Amino acid sequence: MLSLVVFLPLAAAVVLVAVPRLSDVAARWAWVVVTLLDLALVAGMWLAYEAPPPGGVAFEQHVEWMPGIGSSYHVGVDGLSMPLLALTAVVFAGCAVFALREQDRPRLQAALFLFLQTSSLGLFAALDLIVFFVFFDLSIVGMYFVIAGWGRGDAARSALKFFLYTFLGSLALLLGFIGLYVAAEPHTFDMVELARSTPLADAPAAGGLVLAAILVGLAVKTPAVPFHTWLPPAHTDAPAVGSAVLAGVLLKMGTYGFVRIAMPMLPGAWRDWAWVIIAVGVVSVVYGALVALAQTDLKRMIAYTSVNHMGYVIVAVGAAGVLAGSDAQVRAVAVSGAVTQMVSHGLITGALFLLAGVVHDRAGSYDMAAFGGLAGPAPRFATLFAVGAFASLGLPGFSGFIAEFQIFTGSIAAVPVTAVALVGILLTAALFLRALQRVFTGTTRGLSVGFGDVRPAELWSVGPLLLLVLAVGVLPRPLLDVIEPGARAVVDMVGR
Amino acid sequence: MSSATTTDAALWLLVVLPAGVGAGLCIAGRPASRLAVPVSLATAAISVLLAVAVAVVRPSVSAPFMAGTPFALAVDPLSALVVPTVAAVTMLVLVFSAGHVTSARARFHGLMLLFLAAVMLTATATTLPPLLLAWEVMGATSYALIGFGWREVHKVEAGAAAFLTTRAADLGLYIAAGAALAGGAGLALADLPDASPGWRDVVAAGVLVAALGKAAQLPFSFWLSRAMEGPSPVSALLHSAAMVAMGGYLLLRAEPLLDATGWAAGAAAWAGALTALLLGAVAVAQSDLKQLLAASTAAQLGFVVLGAGLGAVAGGSAHLVAHAATKALLFLVAGAWLAALGTKRLSALRGAGRRWPVVGVTAGIGTLALAGVAPMSLWATKDEVLVAAREESSVLYVVSLAAAALSSAYAAKVLLVVRGRPTTEAEAGYDTEVQGTRRVGRPEQAPLVVLAAGALLLGLLALPPVSHTLRQALGDTASPTAGAAELVGSALLALAVLVAALRWGLPGPVWAAAWLGLESAVDAVVVRPTLRLADSTARFDDRVLDRAVTGCAVLGERAARRAAVVDVRRIDAAVEAVASGARRLGRLARLPQTGQLHEYYVQTAAVLAAGVVLLVVLG
Repeated sequence: MLSLVVFLPLAAAVVLVAVPRLSDVAARWAWVVVTLLDLALVAGMWLAYEAPPPGGVAFEQHVEWMPGIGSSYHVGVDGLSMPLLALTAVVFAGCAVFALREQDRPRLQAALFLFLQTSSLGLFAALDLIVFFVFFDLSIVGMYFVIAGWGRGDAARSALKFFLYTFLGSLALLLGFIGLYVAAEPHTFDMVELARSTPLADAPAAGGLVLAAILVGLAVKTPAVPFHTWLPPAHTDAPAVGSAVLAGVLLKMGTYGFVRIAMPMLPGAWRDWAWVIIAVGVVSVVYGALVALAQTDLKRMIAYTSVNHMGYVIVAVGAAGVLAGSDAQVRAVAVSGAVTQMVSHGLITGALFLLAGVVHDRAGSYDMAAFGGLAGPAPRFATLFAVGAFASLGLPGFSGFIAEFQIFTGSIAAVPVTAVALVGILLTAALFLRALQRVFTGTTRGLSVGFGDVRPAELWSVGPLLLLVLAVGVLPRPLLDVIEPGARAVVDMVGR
Repeated sequence: MSSATTTDAALWLLVVLPAGVGAGLCIAGRPASRLAVPVSLATAAISVLLAVAVAVVRPSVSAPFMAGTPFALAVDPLSALVVPTVAAVTMLVLVFSAGHVTSARARFHGLMLLFLAAVMLTATATTLPPLLLAWEVMGATSYALIGFGWREVHKVEAGAAAFLTTRAADLGLYIAAGAALAGGAGLALADLPDASPGWRDVVAAGVLVAALGKAAQLPFSFWLSRAMEGPSPVSALLHSAAMVAMGGYLLLRAEPLLDATGWAAGAAAWAGALTALLLGAVAVAQSDLKQLLAASTAAQLGFVVLGAGLGAVAGGSAHLVAHAATKALLFLVAGAWLAALGTKRLSALRGAGRRWPVVGVTAGIGTLALAGVAPMSLWATKDEVLVAAREESSVLYVVSLAAAALSSAYAAKVLLVVRGRPTTEAEAGYDTEVQGTRRVGRPEQAPLVVLAAGALLLGLLALPPVSHTLRQALGDTASPTAGAAELVGSALLALAVLVAALRWGLPGPVWAAAWLGLESAVDAVVVRPTLRLADSTARFDDRVLDRAVTGCAVLGERAARRAAVVDVRRIDAAVEAVASGARRLGRLARLPQTGQLHEYYVQTAAVLAAGVVLLVVLG
């Protein structure tokens, strides 16, 4: 079942490319159908999901692959990966619906995105480090082609920068994985096994080095300050659906690595370096928000808010590594908030980037100063954007609040100094209100004149994303019932 | 269905119904304009009934939520007093808006209903997560309502200023939540006093800051001034009766927590007293009716905060309720005059009270109530608080008394508007802000009458038969009661100040006119430095961090070119050198092959001789 969910998009991609004559309309709708089918399968999995025992996984599949180096095809889900699988399925389905208006080589784009979807789903389901790494790098390759092939502005350069930077990070990650492999007795790349045996528990120096390698690799992907400078040009020059997937799904691979790989497998090193991680997180929060506040380009602004939001996740997982002065329940709240933030941010920022794509489609520019009074010609668009903006700044009633409340409550209770990161929610409020004011209010002028309101494809892609954000914000229990046992398990593993 | 389940459902419905209908109206937008008024009035009416029902039955409900804390609501004596009041005032304001707000009705009524839901939730929440949820949603609806006329950027900016200021204060609640978890007390409001001592101080500080921010107390008061850019019904509901009142309400509810920490109660009391005094002076200095009423709101809420700090919960909540009715009335009157005469400047409005009798009479009642004239509502309720202040500290009492006198003073300014004679200079000031319609419709007048009745009668909450029951219910038997001497004395003081102000006029203190310069101070100390910091951080990001990365790439490229040069000039050259060396050796080896026989004989002889020498040497 899990492998079917993971590889269905790839199979569809192969079919799409191989079929000799396929009209553009058919290709686009085929893409939509496949993603919705995959989403239905993931929904079925969710309904059938039962929390596995700590250290265990559900829907497990284990097939021999490269026994000589201790690597196998091992996939499964638990409380941390199930929500992210669902997020991936939802975001890609939304992008497929949004792309119903795509005129430029839709068949190729559909195949590429289906390939990307497989690599994303595979990464979140992976329980073997080599499988994880393969999907990690394949996602980088896929996104490179998306930006270079369908991007605008300086797309080639931005795509190359994105590729080289994140690929370099993935090499650091591989170095760490090899370190874990070498230290494990018997040598293996299996995540479940490594989490159980925690290979470098007795060698703090080596453990620190391996953790550093892994963290550098993940920090580039997350992205954390100072490794984030690939993100703004990649977002600015990527197409709307590319940005939505990049922000919604790909960035989560970095933070997912923290809770899946770094924390369970290197608990001692994580505890030793928790303060550094917290510091990086706090800096990312404040720095990302400040730089976003100074932006005049709408997409760049949203890109920097991603740095800010992922910073909250880093703060929370870092605080979970500080054992002194707090009990496991409090730290579990922080980690639960971190995973909720991953899901929430994926949905919200995916929606915001699709809406930014609408702006470019109508007016050809992201410059906020060129607009004004857009709520007049495009009231529904204004409503959607306002909802997205308020959700992103963490207004209660939306999923961002559920995530941020848990993060802050857990982190401040565990490590009081993290209260400094609260400045971030004030700054994001300021920057989104400023953006709303500049673009949507006042007299209708500049590029706002003649701006067409949302079309059905745009409404039906962004609307469900924002509805989910609202649903999680008002009724968080279904999501939290899945996340909380997983978060608790991670906290217990870090505390060993 | 058992009665317990019905009343539980009533409590849920109290929050969910206005929220759902409000959200629906907002999303439906223009197509729902015609339905908006009947639907919203019906929802508000049902909410009033539900509010009264839950106030009588006092249910409590709970559902699992997050962070190990349930989403719990309950109605206790304090909320039983406040919830029906707010619901009733909302109903009356919406009736007024039916006649007053003529464009974008669906969005207006939708947002007002969302706000109602948020207030109901704030008033009934018993754990921190739903409280914080509702608290922030109130702020968001306030932003959307202040900036309702979005085509005018200054209104939207005012809304943003209000939202950001209250959000900054709300960070206190986030910190309080973290501290409460750390202190081992859990996130239930009733359990907060049980946190461990150090953490409890942090919790109290966080709750205090958030409440002071929402209640527009010093140093946050300036946002209320900006909030006056919103439509008058919004000012009447949010910024006098409901949202700002919730700041005071939170402190009344958290009174055990403030008491347990030792310093927080005193801080709250002084914050309230100083706000009442200084913002009373600000109100006296205003020349715009809505600005005067806004400053007065902050000042009157100062009395509520003072009451919470002193433990006079009964007096504080009675004052809250009475003030809600009075101030809502006065704001609606201001709105009616603005729409009819096109101005809200006090000098231009002089004599406006004589033009429409109903409006004039109700305005008069409201103003006298505001002045603290007996037997109006704010007279008795204020005394409950003042008496507690006198027991606490005489300095505090003097400050509070001065603040009470100032309320009579600024009420006098409004009284001149109500009862003064219209002059030609005044009439020249008409139609400066909007084109006045010169009429006040029936839906606008009816709520004024009801609110005026409230302004008259709610003082009973602070007078012997009812006040005794209230104190028992709120568990506030320890605080002192106002005796006859106090009541008569304050009534005389109010009358005296009122008459003196009317007779001899009022010098408006210049330093107070600009709301104590708070906003420019915050702008200079917080806003502009932050924006400058944001700009320099962005420049750092582009010119330093990004260039460092690109620099690495350039260095890598340069190293690659250097390596290519080395590869061609050294390595490859070495290989070529070996090849040419081998060629030279080959040429050398060809030299002996001359084809001349005699030279071959010489070569053979030489080799033989060398061989013999070698044999002799080795042998």
